[in-house]
Amino acid sequence: MAETLSVSIWRGGAEGAFRAYQVPHRASQTVLDVVTWVQRNLEPTLSYRFACRVGMCGSCAMTVNGRPRWTCRSHVSAVAPDLRLEIAPLRNLPVIKDLACDMTGFFEKWQRAEGRFKGGLSRRDPVERILPDAPQRRAADAAIQCINCGVCNAACDVVAWNPDYLGPAALNRAWSLQNDGRDRARVERLRAVATAAGCHACHSQQGCALHCPKHLNPTASIAGLKAASFKAVFKGEL
Amino acid sequence: MAGGPRLYVAQRLSALVLAPLVLVHLALILYAVQDGLSAEEILARTRGSLFWMLFYGLFVLAAALHASIGLRNIVAELTPWRGRSLGLAMHLFGLLLLLLGFRAVAAVTL
Repeated sequence: MAETLSVSIWRGGAEGAFRAYQVPHRASQTVLDVVTWVQRNLEPTLSYRFACRVGMCGSCAMTVNGRPRWTCRSHVSAVAPDLRLEIAPLRNLPVIKDLACDMTGFFEKWQRAEGRFKGGLSRRDPVERILPDAPQRRAADAAIQCINCGVCNAACDVVAWNPDYLGPAALNRAWSLQNDGRDRARVERLRAVATAAGCHACHSQQGCALHCPKHLNPTASIAGLKAASFKAVFKGEL
Repeated sequence: MAGGPRLYVAQRLSALVLAPLVLVHLALILYAVQDGLSAEEILARTRGSLFWMLFYGLFVLAAALHASIGLRNIVAELTPWRGRSLGLAMHLFGLLLLLLGFRAVAAVTL
């Protein structure tokens, strides 16, 4: 294909500017391919993150033509039919350089939301039986496929307004653990997320659900947490 | 950050109470202005009526609770004002709504 893409890529940190590049268009080309081509051929100092290139690791998310996307599985033909691409770092995270964001705060929020499994059994106990079609297991299924890419966090206006807000990714993770029958930290986790900077801050705008590349619905998970916290107040757990 | 699970529950429950009360209030306005609006007509309906006293008393209580919690959330989200001073200011705001509301209810029903 002889066509050329007009690409502008963010260069610099929080203070910086877009720089324009011409990149050859190829069949089945992804946005990540474009960034890689620019780094190998035009701009060796261009910083960006990727690892698996097949939509599993969650490290290559960027803002593509104004929308947060996983770049390794976003085809140029689908996201830039007019052959113009503007590629910027993810929103709502501090920019380190070029397209690389500092994810520290994002993952700290997972910890603040008690986003880790806390079991009650030791290796001497028999393995707990979880029936695949139990309602709780199915509810966990709906939220479990998150790859931590940060796209939902970038799509969320509440995160932009309130930097303390735990955000859709951490709350979605918390909800999948609330539905894990083997977990023993249900009340503790609910205390961590049922705050004004936690699930109660969500406006149900569903930007997260619209942009999640895995088609998860963090808004639904957050609604689950809201309902659980409502019940927990009457049980005296909160 | 302001707020907590109890405030969240209080705001949701006050909304639950307010929804039907607001509908009845709006219907009443439409009914009351049919033959022109006069103080005599309103007072004739509300003076000495335990029903309207309880109806609007509950309305004031729910509205004061709902508005002060909601305003607290809005301020915390849109401005840097958070924490204890915001909580205190919103308690005072709720109290003000309560006093003004009860004063009005007393004026038309007693």
